[in-house]
Amino acid sequence: MPTKVENWKDEVYGNEIRDHLMEFAEQGWESIPEDEQDAWFERFKWWGLYHQRSGQESYFMMRIGTPNGVIEPGQLEVIAEVADEYARGPAENPEFGDAYCDWTTRQSIQLHWIKLEDIPEIFDRLESVGLGTQQACGDSWRNIVGCPVAGKDKHEHIDAWPVAEELHETFKGNDEYSNLPRKWKVAVTGCDQGCGQGDINDLAYEPATKEIDGEEKLGFNVRVGGGLSRKEPRFSRSIDVWVPPEQAADVGAGMSALFREYGDRDDRFNARIKFLVDEWGTEKMRSVLQDEFVDFELPTAGENMRESYTYNAGGDEHGDHVGVHEQPDGNYYVGLNVLVGRMGVDDVYELADLADEYGSGEVRLTQRQNVIVTDVDSDRSDEFLDEPLLENYEADPHPFMRGSIACTGTEFCSLSIVETKNRQVRYARWLKDNVAVPDGVEDFHIHLSGCTASCAQPQIADISLRGMKTRKDGEPVEALDIGLGGGLGENPHFADWVEMRVPADEVPGYVENLLATFEDQREGGQTFREFIAERDEETLQDLAEAEETDYEDPYMHNTKMTWYPYVEDDDMQSSPAPTNGEGEPLQPADD
Amino acid sequence: MTTDVHQLDDGAWVSVNDSREVNVSNLWLLARSDFCGCELTDFLAEGFVDVSVDHPNIEARMAGRCIACGTEGVTDWLQVGRVIDPESGEFCAIDPESVHFPDKRRRLARPQK
Repeated sequence: MPTKVENWKDEVYGNEIRDHLMEFAEQGWESIPEDEQDAWFERFKWWGLYHQRSGQESYFMMRIGTPNGVIEPGQLEVIAEVADEYARGPAENPEFGDAYCDWTTRQSIQLHWIKLEDIPEIFDRLESVGLGTQQACGDSWRNIVGCPVAGKDKHEHIDAWPVAEELHETFKGNDEYSNLPRKWKVAVTGCDQGCGQGDINDLAYEPATKEIDGEEKLGFNVRVGGGLSRKEPRFSRSIDVWVPPEQAADVGAGMSALFREYGDRDDRFNARIKFLVDEWGTEKMRSVLQDEFVDFELPTAGENMRESYTYNAGGDEHGDHVGVHEQPDGNYYVGLNVLVGRMGVDDVYELADLADEYGSGEVRLTQRQNVIVTDVDSDRSDEFLDEPLLENYEADPHPFMRGSIACTGTEFCSLSIVETKNRQVRYARWLKDNVAVPDGVEDFHIHLSGCTASCAQPQIADISLRGMKTRKDGEPVEALDIGLGGGLGENPHFADWVEMRVPADEVPGYVENLLATFEDQREGGQTFREFIAERDEETLQDLAEAEETDYEDPYMHNTKMTWYPYVEDDDMQSSPAPTNGEGEPLQPADD
Repeated sequence: MTTDVHQLDDGAWVSVNDSREVNVSNLWLLARSDFCGCELTDFLAEGFVDVSVDHPNIEARMAGRCIACGTEGVTDWLQVGRVIDPESGEFCAIDPESVHFPDKRRRLARPQK
């Protein structure tokens, strides 16, 4: 039997939601009938709006999808203006202030505290410069991800940006593919380093050569069924198909139509295509795609380039895009580290100005929550590096600052079990000040995800942290499960979960002890990932002890039970929400 | 009115009559449960996988873990609250910190005493 969500989608979904959204916005928060809120919140996701958690009623998270993370000249300033004007909530975050942008692991942008009444103006502002929120969430083609420097990378074989752009234009707002059984995440990789992260996407295009009519052609091998969520992580699997760039959209259409027709609409927990690949196997995926969803013969897979993948592969070649790198045209791209992906709005304005002054005005987002200023004049890169903004967003950051990723957490998210972003900031700073970096390590990945949805992609980090709870001195406290040794590369590997339910204030002590053991026991130039990979489960569990240190964690209590974790009076009953369009608290109906 | 229940947002919520009522991330104390070997299961709810009505009770099966012994899995049916006014559909949630008795036989006929 179709789920309730499917029934709501049958009634109204896709493009048509917008008219309703605008009408509600015009009439104000209270115009959404209480008994229709669940249905409308589910539908609003399709337009990039996610209702915030308990205690923050009437406020939304807004996600702006920027395909391949490309923020074109002129767009970043508008993003900053929108954040500045409309993403200011009733309380301040002690680390980031009261207006900020989040750069996400899928090269998108998230703003918080958005009021329904402001949405028409926000859409106007965004759309005036070609930005939008359409399909940023919901059951459809999501923001296309890929090599963040596509078209400007010396390592690329195919410029993946036009392909990503074509997919974006073909499937955004396309009614044929607007109502899928579940989200549909697509990655396009054009380089030989693997930085599109195709292994963890529903549909992945990976560079490959193929002899066609006696001539070697460049195109993509197709992989399907990757994803990290719900303790059911899967790497995408090859379906033995090669596609030339000009037919990438046709194969994407066919595969997403296959998902539309055969995906599980009766059980949302079983709906992602990774489960259909589990059930069918890759041969059947290929044959059904060929027989029912494309009208040309699919070539078998070509020669891939996975052997040379170095992105997040555990070595020191290419863990991210931070730093100064020469483009094929002689200019430079400069990757800047953004700790946990959050940037205060004044800094976003400044970044936009610097991109204009030193480069083309283009800024790109990476899948490691960082930003890249592209097209920096070859003779001005040193001058750029001296800009004051780069003191906080460094091009050569400390390894613990560089590798820190965190999801939204209980600050705003209904699913999360623990506080994440501010905690990870505190972790990174403490580690930087107190823990010796193992010899030769320049890029050490610590990903903190508040729950099993895995938005911070914890399973592909050196140290994976996932929200949990435990009791300490009898009292419930926020805790983390700890996994080790995950990463991508030619042979990707999900982290092995080795320490469970570690009180959050003991995690830095665990990391300190773990890295001391690593430094002590590693052989030669062994990388951390190699060190973990050669040990069995029992040995891994004995590697280090968690312990308290002088690290202080102000978020040990149940942050989910507060209306906002950082305010003095955080009691749920003290929440000003819901509010009207002016941000003024609405009186309860029976007062 | 009839009582309408469902889970929402990837199992983050139990919704009762289209109102988000019970959220994940609470600890539930389970007694006489065969979820794990603990006398009292100290269960962290990570997601709601099934929701049902057994008037006037609202029940759910939750995915999660005993934070004492680490056993992971899905609970039997557990009361999460009840509809206290069938006319208005008003819902009253149960305090997760009280002791609960999961019931795997909810859908079966109960033997006569």
